[in-house]
Amino acid sequence: MTDALLSVRNLRVEFPTRRGVLTAIDDVSFDIMPGEVLGVVGESGAGKSLTGAAIIGLLEPPGRIAGGEILLKGERIDNLGAEAMRRIRGKRIGMVFQDPLTSLNPLYTVAQQLIETIRTHADISESEARKKAIALLDRVGIPAAARRIDDYPHHFSGGMRQRVVIALALCAEPELVIADEPTTALDVSVQSQIIDLIKEICAERGAAVMLITHDMGVIAETADRVAVLYAGRIAEIGPVRQVITAPEHPYTAGLMGSIPTLTQTDARLVQIPGAMPRLNAIPQGCAFNPRCEKAFDRCFKERPAPVLRDADGRKVACWLYDAIDTPAKEQANG
Amino acid sequence: MADALLKIEHLTRYFDISKPFLNRMLERDEKQFLTAVADVSFEIKRGETFALVGESGSGKSTIAKLVVGLLAASEGTIEFDGHKMTGTTGTEMRDLRRRFQMIFQDPFASLNPRWRVGDIIAEPIHTFGLLKGADVTNRVGELLDTVGLSAKDAEKFPHEFSGGQRQRIAIARALSSKPEFIVCDEPTSALDVSVQAQILNLMKDLQDEMGLTYLFISHDLSVVRHMASRIGVLYLGRLVEVADGKTLFSSPQHPYTQMLLDAVPDLALSGRRRKPVDGEIPNPINPPPGCAFHPRCPLAMDRCKVDAPHQVATETGYAACFALEAEAKAS
Amino acid sequence: MNRLARMWDSDIAWSFRNSPVAIVAAIIALIIVLGAVFAPWIAPHDPFNSASLNLMDGFTPPGEPNQFTGNTYLMGTDNQGRDIFSTILYGARISLFVGFSAVVFALVLGIGLGLLAGWRGGWVDSLIMRIADVQLSFPSILIALLIFGVARGFIPPSMREEVAIWVLIVSIGLSDWVQYARVVRGAAMVEKSKEYVQAARVIGVHPARIVLRHILPNVMGPVLVIATIGLALAIIAEATLSFLGVGVPPTQPSLGTLIRIGQQYLFSGEWWILLFPAIALLLLALSVNLLGDWLRDALNPRLR
Repeated sequence: MTDALLSVRNLRVEFPTRRGVLTAIDDVSFDIMPGEVLGVVGESGAGKSLTGAAIIGLLEPPGRIAGGEILLKGERIDNLGAEAMRRIRGKRIGMVFQDPLTSLNPLYTVAQQLIETIRTHADISESEARKKAIALLDRVGIPAAARRIDDYPHHFSGGMRQRVVIALALCAEPELVIADEPTTALDVSVQSQIIDLIKEICAERGAAVMLITHDMGVIAETADRVAVLYAGRIAEIGPVRQVITAPEHPYTAGLMGSIPTLTQTDARLVQIPGAMPRLNAIPQGCAFNPRCEKAFDRCFKERPAPVLRDADGRKVACWLYDAIDTPAKEQANG
Repeated sequence: MADALLKIEHLTRYFDISKPFLNRMLERDEKQFLTAVADVSFEIKRGETFALVGESGSGKSTIAKLVVGLLAASEGTIEFDGHKMTGTTGTEMRDLRRRFQMIFQDPFASLNPRWRVGDIIAEPIHTFGLLKGADVTNRVGELLDTVGLSAKDAEKFPHEFSGGQRQRIAIARALSSKPEFIVCDEPTSALDVSVQAQILNLMKDLQDEMGLTYLFISHDLSVVRHMASRIGVLYLGRLVEVADGKTLFSSPQHPYTQMLLDAVPDLALSGRRRKPVDGEIPNPINPPPGCAFHPRCPLAMDRCKVDAPHQVATETGYAACFALEAEAKAS
Repeated sequence: MNRLARMWDSDIAWSFRNSPVAIVAAIIALIIVLGAVFAPWIAPHDPFNSASLNLMDGFTPPGEPNQFTGNTYLMGTDNQGRDIFSTILYGARISLFVGFSAVVFALVLGIGLGLLAGWRGGWVDSLIMRIADVQLSFPSILIALLIFGVARGFIPPSMREEVAIWVLIVSIGLSDWVQYARVVRGAAMVEKSKEYVQAARVIGVHPARIVLRHILPNVMGPVLVIATIGLALAIIAEATLSFLGVGVPPTQPSLGTLIRIGQQYLFSGEWWILLFPAIALLLLALSVNLLGDWLRDALNPRLR
């Protein structure tokens, strides 16, 4: 596993509050290979955006990394100082956020922002940087890029703005792009354009993508592998096709069943009872146990760790799939 | 036509988005209007779920607000069970108001944070003077039970509940005046999918039990597919297609409907690629002339740039498109 | 008890317990307020009962026995032999009463007009806010002076002493309502667009009821914060007006009046007549202001 571009090992993120420490991300580990698209899905409060923020060192205080390590090409980046981290952001890790308006400075033209970013990370002249910026805008599908580059962000429509943000994230040719809900604020018809763009352009440049979203549909179309987060923990991680078509963790299964699709008939949707626990009330044992139909004694006592399930690298954190004396195994034997 | 509970004819609403008077005088600008809803007509039959689907700027939320009277129509009429909503006042209007309710998009904004849940749910009961004293408390308890919460929750404040539970409270409030018709404005778009499933199931159960009629507003085609018996597709304030739920998805007629369907993510991993659509929704202040969809339409003809298309009857409804008209004539 | 325990556990109580500045300010403010409220019982002398005054006690320095009578006063006496400590207690009573009443008056006016402007919008809003803008372009003390002067012109001289204090309250209140109206209007416009207000409108709840029962409780938070700071400002405004001689009549001296009287003796060596009332005013205004600052921070979710 040494060839991973990004390695997250036993990451733990905590928020100290006056009512005690809240653990928002608890023992999360995953790898992203060069050129791979890893989807990170979860419902609100699952910790998916926090995972992204922890990687790029942008946790909002009082949030802090309380354990584990984050390695970029084998080097630890979780303990770097603010200045060193700033250089990694943008240069080696690019970012695309949900709301394109917050990622662009409304007071500067697109040209100013792109050229400044390009020149911070590469030693080239202003006119060269401008040429590069125009080429980039052209690549992300902005019509008449040479003319529009001098416009301000508010002159662009929502979809076009998100294209500009993608250009901005890519202009230093990063090895990894972290995209946090890049399509959530956009209309359906524009969503697919942006997803295609992220996918194509990253493939073209060999950049890996960490795609954070709540939308399984986006993951299904874009990601190579997917990590399903629940209450700050990984429930299931593996190749997208396996996880989506044959989910093993009861939470993933429930999640997939609860999504209405165009092909299904008028039957009731599968529903998972209850809601994700608040951070101050994560149950003992498996965090999913109060909502799980298959929960048994052990689920309420011990917390399951992700165990490798097959040759494709799927891991599931559920006692149903534990090697020793589980109902699943007994069933399989019987 | 006796079974039409809600009948909307030629509904139009524009918003005055002009600059203030003084600026207009100084800059010599004309008054500016945004047409949010343009000549929309449809009917909702008793007991059915009629869905309006569209992207941002399609005017779907404006229609919801027009129907419940939060906005006044610029032109056209809304008829609820034979009563014209415009012009009705006093006790007659009060009686009408009791019979329709609304569920909002954001459960974090739709409940007054300073009120106890019991008071929130009881507000329609008090306003319409339906019950008094201990009967109110009992009714609130019943309602909480109906939506899957407990009667004890009446004492709590909204912030003690999760998003899904808050939406249940909002539903309980909507049900408390025993309405026949509920306008649901994106009721699940602020919720997580697993919770969305709970709310959609609950809404379906309530419809079956109480014979409710829904006007269901959403941008999510999969949700609409699941909920609606009839569907209207909106684009820039214009109704481009109306059809039965199943028919719309099996054989979409209008090119915009087809485009929307193509843009839905493929969860079954059937290998079907989403067909990315060119362009974005134009600025509604300056909609394209003729058919508003023509700049993005693969079938656009010269005529589409000049004239607004008429409604062409389809299998279970109609669509407004010149390409379809030509097809109909040819066959 | 349960409710009390919950209050003790609330975020705001916690923030208070963890802010030494707020605690000290609260203690000082509380001491002054209690002293003022219970002045008739606490004060060692009644400075306004001329029968009990002895002119021979005049100009007694603090803590020293008077050279003629041998009486000792904690903070000394003024030219007429009044105990400074007692006059401060009574003065703080007037100052607090005027300040508090002026804030309440400004609050009622500001909240009312702010709600009206925010809810109705359109020309009502424009009219109210333009009046507010015009008023804001003058210093509030100038407006108070103006209103005070005009009001005195209308009131017959025989009644002036009686109503002076009410004129003062109205003057300060009228000069101060704008900030409340602005905050309330802004907050009301935000709340008005929220879905819970729309829900009430769909039901057909009467607009007055929507404004009072739904919107008002949700805009009170920020208003109370500026009202606390406004209290300190109103106390200072009263002191300023009284210092200028246009405030409360000398028969009911407030802290400002005491300071005005005291400054006449500063250069003749009787420093205590000025110093102690000034310190009392400073402590009162400062502690109320610090409490207001703390409250603003504690209620601001961004700083938490």
